[in-house]
Amino acid sequence: MSQVYAARGATHALETAGAWLLGAFWVLPLVYAFWTAFHPGEFSTRFVLTAPLTLDNFVKAWAAAPFARYFVNTVMLVTMTLAVQLVLVTLAAYAFARFEFPGRNVLFALVLVQLMIMPDVLIVENYRTMAALGLKDTIVAIGLPYMASAFGIFLLRQTFKTVPRELDEAARVEGCTPLQVLWKVYVPLARPVYLAYALVSVSYHWNNFLWPLIITNSVESRPLTVGLQVFSATDQGIDWSIITAATLLTTAPLLVAFLLFQRQFVQSFMRAGIR
Amino acid sequence: MTRSAQWLYGWLLLLPAMVLLALFTHYPALATLWHSFLSTPKGARPAKFVGLDNYRQLTEDPIFWQALSNNLWFAIGTIPASIALALLMAAWVNGRIAGRGLLRLAYFTPTILPMIAVANIWLFFYTPEYGLLEQILKSLGAGSHNWLGSKSTALACIMVVTVWKEAGFFMIFYLAALQSMSPNLAEAAAIEGASRWYFFRRVTFPLLMPTTLFVLVNAVINAFRLVDHIVVMTRGGPDNATALLLYYIYEIGFRFWDSAYAAALTMVLLAILGLVALAQFWFLERRVHYQ
Repeated sequence: MSQVYAARGATHALETAGAWLLGAFWVLPLVYAFWTAFHPGEFSTRFVLTAPLTLDNFVKAWAAAPFARYFVNTVMLVTMTLAVQLVLVTLAAYAFARFEFPGRNVLFALVLVQLMIMPDVLIVENYRTMAALGLKDTIVAIGLPYMASAFGIFLLRQTFKTVPRELDEAARVEGCTPLQVLWKVYVPLARPVYLAYALVSVSYHWNNFLWPLIITNSVESRPLTVGLQVFSATDQGIDWSIITAATLLTTAPLLVAFLLFQRQFVQSFMRAGIR
Repeated sequence: MTRSAQWLYGWLLLLPAMVLLALFTHYPALATLWHSFLSTPKGARPAKFVGLDNYRQLTEDPIFWQALSNNLWFAIGTIPASIALALLMAAWVNGRIAGRGLLRLAYFTPTILPMIAVANIWLFFYTPEYGLLEQILKSLGAGSHNWLGSKSTALACIMVVTVWKEAGFFMIFYLAALQSMSPNLAEAAAIEGASRWYFFRRVTFPLLMPTTLFVLVNAVINAFRLVDHIVVMTRGGPDNATALLLYYIYEIGFRFWDSAYAAALTMVLLAILGLVALAQFWFLERRVHYQ
């Protein structure tokens, strides 16, 4: 709220307290997870300040499941998905933003369908398709349904539309082909939007779970999320210290990246949402 | 560029994206409809046309009705709560509050964590006897309770996790909207003697309407799309108390391998999402007419 309506006196104190209380509640589960993961099992539910710190749980978790392989799989998944997305989305957004052709509006409406009916809910049919294509249990199959991203096309189309036509025309007068114009004029101007889209896409696919759970079935293709679930559901019984250590382990890269580039993350999610 | 060259370029640029969209969005949506009229192939017996049999099975399936009603309660329980909290959070971190950078971080962090990891942490939090929740309650003198294991509390526990995960995400959209609002409005209102609450109710909130609509649509879609935490925390139990529609589809499709019935269930989900889309269009349309 703006200056004149900022809370004053007792109200201000009350609101600050409320905000911090809510904040404390919001970090509580995470703090708890950290506590459990960095202390020996017998302290997982006893909160004594003198409890010794240990990395044992992480060592055990790392040894108990092929997390290294899961990491490789996830990194491959997110980079491959993002790379294809960037190309497809750029081309399609350019077509919608700057070309006149019959069927443009209908096709655009068909693209927008995916904003409502995401691949997440079409699991049964997509599984059938992957089986028919012989792609079951591969990393490609995890990313494929998401590669033509309606959200990305929409986002970039909006951005491309704001590029002044004069720049476009100037480049053409210089003898650039449409693809060169795209590469030399549109793509550089949309750089912040690409960054925003990339961050959103990477965190989405790093975190995605249900579809990878269905379509993968082996250590060679499982991403971290599915690996973590298999690990905590079957291998460990209920050794919470090790499960929380594994949980933190799998989220660490994203969490660290987020803490380092907080501002970019928040702005990216913001930019991606405002249409 | 000639007109036909424009056409050709447009189509060719779109081609790769459209092929993938057709293959993994449009075709499966239509195939779901078709397969919902067939039987599930079993062994040597191929699928055959059974008309509305799958839908008849659906209307007679108590678990389907329970999953549907669970899902509606889940939506009613999570959407208004996460939107209200998001607005509150945004107002707080937009104001001059001590440590607002840290607060924003605290509110937003759940957003970037995988639901599956978050669910693991919360599962531990809810663990009977020695989970944190039980310990807090015990120190307050309350009796023990199996939070995720009893029908009366399991769905509510799942809702808390969902609100916790989503509110911070929605907060940033409100924050962006609040930051773009002109301070002149507040100054003018203050000169007119409007109270703080009145200003919020009559100026800020109406101006935030487009943001609210955007957040609302996202929240509704998520309420029918997000089931990761169900897989980890309850597997739909106890006694189907936390079975949501998509989770039930997953069970029917990939644990019982009844793809025809799963297709009929998916059609219900698609119909719900279609209604959300129509409602959104209708609402946007009306708003345009007002202006």
